[in-house]
Amino acid sequence: MNNAIEVENLRKEFKAYSSRSGLKGAFRDLLTRNYKVVPAVNDISFTVKQGEMVGYIGENGAGKSTTIKMLTGILTPSSGKISVNGMNPHKERERFVQTIGVVFGQRSQLWWDIAVQESFRLLKKVYKVTDEHYDNHMNHVIKTLDIEPLLDKPVRKLSLGQRMRCELAAALIHNPPLLFLDEPTIGLDVLVKLKIREFLKEINEKYNTTILLTTHDLSDIEALCERVIMLDEGKVIYDGALRNLQEKWGEGKELQFQFLEKVDMAAVKNLTKAIPVKWELDEKEQIFTASLEDNDELISQVIAKVVAAFKIKDIKINATSTEEIIRNIYEKGAV
Amino acid sequence: MDKYLEMIRIRFLMMLAYRTNYYTGILIYGINIGAYYFLWSAIYGGKEQIQGLSVVQMTTYVAVSWMARAFYFNNLDREMAMEIMEGKVAIELIRPYNYLGMKTMQGLGEGIFRLFFFSAPGLIIVYFVFPIEFTWDLSVWGLFAVSIILSFFINTELNLLTGITTFFLYNNTGLIRAKRVVIDLFSGLLLPINFFPGWAQEFMKFLPFQGISYLPSMIFTKGFSQHQAIEAIGQQCIWVIVLIIPIQLLWHMAKKQLIIQGG
Repeated sequence: MNNAIEVENLRKEFKAYSSRSGLKGAFRDLLTRNYKVVPAVNDISFTVKQGEMVGYIGENGAGKSTTIKMLTGILTPSSGKISVNGMNPHKERERFVQTIGVVFGQRSQLWWDIAVQESFRLLKKVYKVTDEHYDNHMNHVIKTLDIEPLLDKPVRKLSLGQRMRCELAAALIHNPPLLFLDEPTIGLDVLVKLKIREFLKEINEKYNTTILLTTHDLSDIEALCERVIMLDEGKVIYDGALRNLQEKWGEGKELQFQFLEKVDMAAVKNLTKAIPVKWELDEKEQIFTASLEDNDELISQVIAKVVAAFKIKDIKINATSTEEIIRNIYEKGAV
Repeated sequence: MDKYLEMIRIRFLMMLAYRTNYYTGILIYGINIGAYYFLWSAIYGGKEQIQGLSVVQMTTYVAVSWMARAFYFNNLDREMAMEIMEGKVAIELIRPYNYLGMKTMQGLGEGIFRLFFFSAPGLIIVYFVFPIEFTWDLSVWGLFAVSIILSFFINTELNLLTGITTFFLYNNTGLIRAKRVVIDLFSGLLLPINFFPGWAQEFMKFLPFQGISYLPSMIFTKGFSQHQAIEAIGQQCIWVIVLIIPIQLLWHMAKKQLIIQGG
């Protein structure tokens, strides 16, 4: 299998200007300005195989978008090697972009004032797609994304969800082997999100399309990606399976109890004295939460004891969510 | 090439999307021509000729300059500045085409649209309202056509040049405005170049601006002999080619230090 993306010691530096204080400083700034060189992307290396779906995650300002912009040939790297689809993105830009599709969730690539189908028609010409190819491929895309009734409307009259589906279709007109999605589900409702996810899975299976996805919505990643690359302050801090992350960082399970009658915390604690359990109480909702390690035997024991002693209204067993895991990692800044 | 032609078509659609703009455009050009007509009639007073142009030739000059302006004029510089400032240029760069070439085509689409749906009807109205003399000499029309196409290219190249400076200056509204005033004044739109003092005329021969408006309008009003007209077109050609050099240089530099604004 070929590598779709190969990145080695990639680095991008920006000059960050700082203003001097006061009126005198403002005048001095007219002549010379202070600046610091700040690396937005700091010597990162990774490879992505053809057909993989990779989640590229990190806090705001971690360097995700900058990386994507270098991978798509928009920005020139300060140093390092990039090879995407076997080409150097910024050197052979016009030939290279023919082989990728990009969706920026925050920017529209459709023309604002004209009907969606006119944008499609222009893009079809731009990417030199034959009528036959277009009909085969796009009719299917249009049907799956359910955008048929939107085609004759100008983009400015579409809702965000409608527009995003059209954006996705526009990025796929030339059926690229590699798709970059920069926060594609930002601000979308659950139904549209699900539709987009299903669609992405489908094209990945059908055409073996490589997908690199950045998002802050971890449910997207959970639904789509087996592998995640996590970035912090311009450095890769984790690169591997999402499952491993869960196993390594998932800190046990949580049991939540709600009781029919008023129950005293001390009584509950007393009940499970023999078992290593930490209890917490949500005063408002009267939810008792027991945190303990992920061990089936222990969990059964706790439940058995509590259920035997009190009348139960509700029980929940929660594993640590990916969101919490990621939050923990962000807070610590390392894996 | 197909994609560039398609872009012209898209631009047509965009122009048609806002009809009010289109109608008010005709009105504004009419008012402008009228204003200049009355101004010039007052200046001429009873005089037959000023600087070798009769009052009728002058009116024709004004009408033709404004109508030619509809064709060569575009806001590519401002559009580029917006695209760069808002970071939309990122989208342009992920498409397999030449950004500057595509911009030129958008300008051409806009120009052709205005020429047929704006200048032509406008000129007919003006023809009935003001004393204008049209020549029916086909060779003059031919030379004029070549000349305004070249003036479109010169003006567009200047716009692209101004637009690219946004990459370095981040906000160049002032520069864009200054460029517009300079072009209106030095291109001979407001005042024919032969009304300037002699030293200024000499100086302006070494600038590209008169190729935008003065030369085509003089060709049309027969202020130039055929020989002079061909010379003028040659001069325009040279500027079209010369201006490519700074554009390519700046564009090359701009791409290297491009920063996409707004995340």
